[in-house]
Amino acid sequence: MQFWIIQGLNSLSLGGLLFLLSSGFSLIFGLMRLANLTHGAFFMLGTYFGAISLRNYSGLNIWVAALGAGIAVAAIGGLFERLILTRLKTNPLGQVLVTLGMSFIISDACLMFWGGDSIPVPTPQSLQAPTRVFGFVFPTYRLVLVGCAIAAAIALYFLLERTRLGAMIRAGVDDRQMARAVGIPVSRLFTIVFCLGAGIAGAGGVLGGPILSAYPGLDGDMLPLALIVVILGGIGSLLGAFVGSFIIGFIYTFGSALFPELAYIILFLPMIFVIAFRPQGLFGRVGA
Amino acid sequence: MASDALSLTNVHAFYGDSHILHGVSFSLRPGGVLALLGRNGAGKTTCISTVVGFLTPREGEIKLFGESIAGLSPERISRLGIGLVPQGRRIFPSLTVRENLIVAGQRENKSEKPWNIERIYSMFPRLQERHTQLAGTLSGGEQQMLAIGRALMGNPRVLLLDEPSEGLAPLIVAEVGRTIKRLKEEGQSIVLVEQNRQLALEVADQAVILNTGRCVFAGEASELNEDLIAQNLGVFRAH
Repeated sequence: MQFWIIQGLNSLSLGGLLFLLSSGFSLIFGLMRLANLTHGAFFMLGTYFGAISLRNYSGLNIWVAALGAGIAVAAIGGLFERLILTRLKTNPLGQVLVTLGMSFIISDACLMFWGGDSIPVPTPQSLQAPTRVFGFVFPTYRLVLVGCAIAAAIALYFLLERTRLGAMIRAGVDDRQMARAVGIPVSRLFTIVFCLGAGIAGAGGVLGGPILSAYPGLDGDMLPLALIVVILGGIGSLLGAFVGSFIIGFIYTFGSALFPELAYIILFLPMIFVIAFRPQGLFGRVGA
Repeated sequence: MASDALSLTNVHAFYGDSHILHGVSFSLRPGGVLALLGRNGAGKTTCISTVVGFLTPREGEIKLFGESIAGLSPERISRLGIGLVPQGRRIFPSLTVRENLIVAGQRENKSEKPWNIERIYSMFPRLQERHTQLAGTLSGGEQQMLAIGRALMGNPRVLLLDEPSEGLAPLIVAEVGRTIKRLKEEGQSIVLVEQNRQLALEVADQAVILNTGRCVFAGEASELNEDLIAQNLGVFRAH
């Protein structure tokens, strides 16, 4: 019984982390039709920024570090989008190669600056005491992480569904050309959404740090998970990213606990079935 | 002399390698309604796409009240004052009716009686009744009203309507006709692409006929004669 509850809570916290990773990926794909293969590297960059700044400045707390890393990664993402990706608007293969190349560059740069050993991100002191859930002892920080993901989901929901900017982004997802014809500056929206997506990934990287640590190869571990979540949930759908994250959180956690040698099969098999039989995903629109 | 509301001079446009518009020239007077006529494939929609910036003309000049707009981006052209009601309506289906209008509202308004949501709703009360409904669930006629309202939200100096009666029931077509007349009375300059020749000529004072990407007639609607119509618009060629 304890096994199931502990693993269930682990699944939830992994799901929360996956949402922080994949919501931006999904938004970027939905609006820009761009599979941003740099997304895992943005996440990793956030983790490194967090790990290094928390190691060097002892007074810093993880929330400030996450905010700072989020802004820094958003700025890097924005520059990358403005300077390079805008030139490749009509060249999907070029976009795939450039975003993949950029992720290699970021991971090599991290290796060069910060070395090959993993750097831990300390759990905030106030959250180090465990919490009792249903009589079981559970790390408090992991529960807080789920709360962060839910808060991010609510904030994104309001931005997308309740603001004029959000309506403009959705108009661009519906019909990019027509959106331009009514005067919506779609290219500026691309930059905003790209910065936002990169920033959430960067902040998510810091928040995931206490669980994952910063290590070379973190980007490659996270990117496939983002792809699976988004394909399962439906591309461009916030709700899909949310539900997909928790489904994958459960599948991955229980898969690796129960059948460790089959974890990747358990992870990728549902994705293959979804692509074959429900290509729009659980919450995606047909033709989107 | 005041400049034309919209003028095309020797416009050539291509889709990939195929040459669609072969030197199209015509001009619309301020406050006028110009009917752009022609058979399927004559180049009418290509003409509209070139004006709004979906296509860049390979050659030629397009001017909006004397200001060149050829080759600018669609959003820039929209902000300079071209409003588009596209073929097939192309409302944003996952946005509500209200959101469809809001996203098209441009803040800077030079006109003395600017369009805003309240004015659109008083013109199309049906849209107000359904303002929280997703636009994709509206009927075809309601979507057409929304597409017109959305274009007006940008306070266009020239409004382009591409086949606004297409696929609509006769009663709705009549309503579209009344709407266009009302806009004309308010002094709106309009280019109207129509298969429904009767509707178009009822409201138009200027006419242009395209045939395989060339202007075969550009002048007053009253000068159109049966021969021209039969040769260029009829399904069977008159001999």
